[in-house]
Amino acid sequence: MTDSKYFTTTKKGEIFELKAELNSDKKEKKKEAVKKVIASMTVGKDVSALFPDVVNCMQTDNLELKKLVYLYLMNYAKSQPDMAIMAVNTFVKDCEDPNPLIRALAVRTMGCIRVDKITEYLCEPLRKCLKDEDPYVRKTAAVCVAKLHDINAQLVEDQGFLDTLKDLISDSNPMVVANAVAALSEIAESHPNSNLLDLNPQTINKLLTALNECTEWGQIFILDCLANYTPRDDRESQSICERVTPRLSHANSAVVLSAVKVLMKFMEMLPKDLDYYGTLLKKLAPPLVTLLSAEPELQYVALRNINLIVQRRPEILKHEMKVFFVKYNDPIYVKLEKLDIMIRLASQANIAQVLAELKEYATEVDVDFVRKAVRAIGRCAIKVEQSAERCVSTLLDLIQTKVNYVVQEAIVVIKDIFRKYPNKYESVIATLCENLDSLDEPEARAAMIWIVGEYAERIDNADELLESFLEGFHDESTQVQLQLLTAIVKLFLKKPTETQELVQQVLSLATQDSDNPDLRDRGYIYWRLLSTDPVAAKEVVLAEKPLISEETDLIEPTLLEELICHIGTLASVYHKPPSAFVEGSRGVQHKRLPGSAGSGESESQDTGSAAGVTEAPPAVIPSQGDLLGDLLNLDLTPPTTTGPPPPSSGMQMGAMDLLGGGLDSLLGGDLGGSPAMGAGFSAPTAAMPASFNAPVSGGLDDLFDLGGGVGLPMGAYTPPKTIWLPAMKAKGLEISGTFVRRAGVIQMEMTLTNKAMSVMTDFAIQFNRNSFGLAPAGPLQVLTPLSPNQSIEVALPLSTVGPVMKMEPLNNLQVAVKNNIDVFYFSCQYPISMLFVEDGKMERQVFLATWKDIPNDNESQFQIKDCHLNSDAASNKLQGSNIFTIAKRTVEGQDMLYQSMKLTNSIWVLAELRVQAGNPNYTVCLKCRAAEVSQGVFQCYEAVLKN
Amino acid sequence: MIHSLFLINHSGDIFLEKHWKSVIGRSVCDYFFEAKEKAVQPENVPPVLQTPHHYLISVYRDKLFFLSVVQTEVPPLFVIEFLHRVADTVQDYFGECSEGVIKDNVVTVYELLEEMLDNGFPLATESNVLKEMIRPPTILRSVVNTLTGGSNVGDTLPTGQLSSIPWRRAGVKYTNNEAYFDVIEEIDAILDKSGTTVFAEIQGVIEACVRLTGMPDLTLSFMNPRLLDDMSFHPCVRFKRWESERILSFIPPDGNFTLMTYHVSSQNVVALPVYVKQNISFLETGSCGRLDITIGPKQTMGKTVEGLTVTVHMPKTVLSANLTATQGNYTYNLATKVLVWDIGKLNPQKLPNLRGSLSLQAGAPRPEENPALDITLKIQQLAISGLKVSRLDMYGEKYKPFKGVKYLTKAGKFQVRT
Repeated sequence: MTDSKYFTTTKKGEIFELKAELNSDKKEKKKEAVKKVIASMTVGKDVSALFPDVVNCMQTDNLELKKLVYLYLMNYAKSQPDMAIMAVNTFVKDCEDPNPLIRALAVRTMGCIRVDKITEYLCEPLRKCLKDEDPYVRKTAAVCVAKLHDINAQLVEDQGFLDTLKDLISDSNPMVVANAVAALSEIAESHPNSNLLDLNPQTINKLLTALNECTEWGQIFILDCLANYTPRDDRESQSICERVTPRLSHANSAVVLSAVKVLMKFMEMLPKDLDYYGTLLKKLAPPLVTLLSAEPELQYVALRNINLIVQRRPEILKHEMKVFFVKYNDPIYVKLEKLDIMIRLASQANIAQVLAELKEYATEVDVDFVRKAVRAIGRCAIKVEQSAERCVSTLLDLIQTKVNYVVQEAIVVIKDIFRKYPNKYESVIATLCENLDSLDEPEARAAMIWIVGEYAERIDNADELLESFLEGFHDESTQVQLQLLTAIVKLFLKKPTETQELVQQVLSLATQDSDNPDLRDRGYIYWRLLSTDPVAAKEVVLAEKPLISEETDLIEPTLLEELICHIGTLASVYHKPPSAFVEGSRGVQHKRLPGSAGSGESESQDTGSAAGVTEAPPAVIPSQGDLLGDLLNLDLTPPTTTGPPPPSSGMQMGAMDLLGGGLDSLLGGDLGGSPAMGAGFSAPTAAMPASFNAPVSGGLDDLFDLGGGVGLPMGAYTPPKTIWLPAMKAKGLEISGTFVRRAGVIQMEMTLTNKAMSVMTDFAIQFNRNSFGLAPAGPLQVLTPLSPNQSIEVALPLSTVGPVMKMEPLNNLQVAVKNNIDVFYFSCQYPISMLFVEDGKMERQVFLATWKDIPNDNESQFQIKDCHLNSDAASNKLQGSNIFTIAKRTVEGQDMLYQSMKLTNSIWVLAELRVQAGNPNYTVCLKCRAAEVSQGVFQCYEAVLKN
Repeated sequence: MIHSLFLINHSGDIFLEKHWKSVIGRSVCDYFFEAKEKAVQPENVPPVLQTPHHYLISVYRDKLFFLSVVQTEVPPLFVIEFLHRVADTVQDYFGECSEGVIKDNVVTVYELLEEMLDNGFPLATESNVLKEMIRPPTILRSVVNTLTGGSNVGDTLPTGQLSSIPWRRAGVKYTNNEAYFDVIEEIDAILDKSGTTVFAEIQGVIEACVRLTGMPDLTLSFMNPRLLDDMSFHPCVRFKRWESERILSFIPPDGNFTLMTYHVSSQNVVALPVYVKQNISFLETGSCGRLDITIGPKQTMGKTVEGLTVTVHMPKTVLSANLTATQGNYTYNLATKVLVWDIGKLNPQKLPNLRGSLSLQAGAPRPEENPALDITLKIQQLAISGLKVSRLDMYGEKYKPFKGVKYLTKAGKFQVRT
């Protein structure tokens, strides 16, 4: 007899039949009916209509029937809250049952019923069960607290359940301890700052004792909890390690990995000359290797973690290279991870073996894997100098196979090898050039073009080769276009006589015919550079390049430290800090490795989170937000602008004119570098501002002011720079910034700091639609690549003619910044005072009329506290931010200032500012037809007056 | 913790769902289906997927996907281990893990899932404990239940859950007391073209079947425990004793269980039982190829190699194989492009050989990839690492149990590159 018969009843009136059966007198028939109901439920059919009939079956001595009804209740109580109340009495009664199994079952089921009304009744039985004599009931009740907390956190705190739960950590039964820890950990996740799991040496000792005796799952919870503890000294650290190491021999891989996490973290505190330190290192390798013989899914997670461990402590697995050799039937996700680790472990000692393997992989079926294997060969060459020659010859062998994607990958990595060992392997260029025609991927084409440009003087027909690419210039991807531009400029500088035409062609293609700001900018830069001072151009363009570093893909050290603290978690699989992706974890704490012994006091691990909290912390927008649909489409190609063309196009036209003269002189003049030409060029620049309107000149100033200057503020209030995008969330790019209004131009001033280990280039910026149509008036001017630890100041002029969408709050601005690494999203808030235009002074009569005209509903009043200015000073200060005082009246020692301001979108705001002499509290009364701006305007008043 | 579970069959239908917290709509699986589509082969679906609001962690077992949904930061290994445990439990209860069997026993499966997790926390995952609470179906019991109205659910407290040995149920009684241990070793190896070992290691496991009355305390010792590199034990094994004396001392669970797994790694020299000489080549023109495989014994310690098969995954363009086998049969599956040569026993006097020609699609270019050979084999009464059990003793009970140890060597992932 099987259950599949329950699936076959699909005829109409099924519910009706079930109803009749549920109300049958016969026990057996009832049970069968409940089973049918459950079966329908499990396959997703809606049987909630039977709620009262099923609940009626609850009062029974038959345990199976009871369980089945409970199952049903858990599923449907939410949709039938009133009916669910009917079940409460039975629950309360069952919580008193002599059989602990039934007590536990009742309290467990009650917790699963997510109905507010029921939770109230749950408290008393739960309290009893938490103190039950039977540990089975206690451990079930501990989990129930977590459930209740999920439904109603306040209730749990008010009822003191959290304290009871904390007491359970000292319970005599290890299973109860484990469940209490698990429940507390889950609750703590939604209360990051509460001190729920207050770990001290006593509790640690209890946890370690329970660790040996509880179930495998309990061990995971306890180990994860232990990992959050910071031992006082290396002694304590060692003793915890000693008690945790036996867990490395557990059959459950999750226990093993959690134990590895604890050991990796606490090891930091051990002095390296300690014998025990060496022993521990040796003990870590075998369990990690064993994880790789488990199921592929487990292997994958293990490999992602080993990847971190190898970066932190390569010595652990340095002799275990062979276990990472790929089997042809490994799933692709395992193959790729293994390959990654093989390269990390590659050293002079094992390079021969590794190369032989990699060559083998390059003939496999899976294209992704083959590509990565070829790339890996290049990385070996860069990492192990002694092997470079062998790697290059292996790559040449692979190129001979003529397999299209192998050839392309090989060329990409050979480019990197050239960067690392310049002037050593140029003999292979001829072979590479033979394959020019087969390259169809942008990266390979770009690499090939780079090689041709870089070694132009040794390739006889370099100009022909590059010219052949130029034909389809506009069909190429940006990467190729940029590379081609640079390569041709290089060629020109190396062989100026034959290639003038070519360089002219590419410069005009890049600057005149392209929509891409990156390309245009680079074109202009070269153009200007070539026309002003070709000698300098040579120095800049053909400058000696820094050698590329050995490992470009290493995880940034601070992030790595944090990830080591998160071994075994989702963070370790994604190699991202939990704060970057865990939803709903309000303010996840950044974990840090404890300092090593001897480095003085180990810092508490909570310090990172609280520091630097500003009034409105910039929210980093999760990359999946639905509202960002349009932002997510951010691409290298600029959006097709609708509405009036932004001033940037005007600027561009001007620049074209400007450079037109330069072009002529460039082509006509001799290239030895004539100072006269440079001077001739600079003259129109100086004359230019007169011929353009203000915002454009601002943009141009910026364009040519490569240093990115921050000028003096001209009276307008400028908020201090705040960090908009922390480096942690943007792969090492930190952006801080502020908004200023200077001579009628709104600017976004940013400091970009590269905290990653590799150079950043190709910056671009884009805004989401916003309340006032703010949009960049020009491209983001980061012209030099940003090297590690370098900062650059950028001022981005903004226009207010972009697409409009009301935001919440009104002055919220969502920004996407792109660089060569990724696209990052953040949001920031600009002071509305940026939008107050210079002609915001209203005529008195108009003011009066308007004030009367605006309905009183639109009036709002605010208090500004602790402001110690007199009315004149306040008026002056406000004027700097384009808030103009129209009239002043004094009534009974109280100054009333009538003020007006106008927003960029022509919304007028009228204000009455009341200043009582001797009273530091001002009152602002705002009237505006669009009342929603009032709040923002008030904030500006407050900010301006207090700064 | 674990929020929901979906069971999905090979063709992408969800046939069972279980939610331990609030209900999550099936649409969340769409992200998984998307990844499945992309991966082409079901084995290649990444086990951890990120969606805007959830994480999907899945395992692929017996042509079924066990897909769990989690919402918070949870150790993924914990989830994966648990999912495998679900599959193991189904296998243990019903003898196989398939869509049909789960559908046939849907209510039992549902009850099991309910017992295994509470609010996403593991509750009872030991098969001994579960079987006390929910009895596995037997033909006899279902007949009896129908007649008497009895139920499958035990009404006692699962005693094992509370004692310090949660893996063993109390009050075990047998008329025949017996304890069997199988030492099973799998060879994972990669050989290169010329037959040289690139990598070889041994994964060992000791499977036990213990049916002993009362609370027996067993010790098992090895002749040569130093061979073992890394061990993981069933929770019943006293780790301290192993550390100090290299003796396995434990109170066993009742029935079948895995006592320990071990690893003899690539650091030691691993003896391979067979060698393979092969030559598979494709001609530059004429769309045909040659295949020639010979297998011979290497280090078999005087035992017979049985169950020998060779599997070759041919390139897509290979249409047919015209081969002659000196021993056994071969089949070539045109759809999957898999050539299987079933040899059987290896006769050291007359080495099995398979040779002949392969014909390729007309006009197709010469295949780029080299097919790899998969070898399977079995050797009874031999642990290839040389591991031997020296003693098995029982304390704590008076009766004399029947004891037995068997050895078996198998090929695990034994691959030969061509």
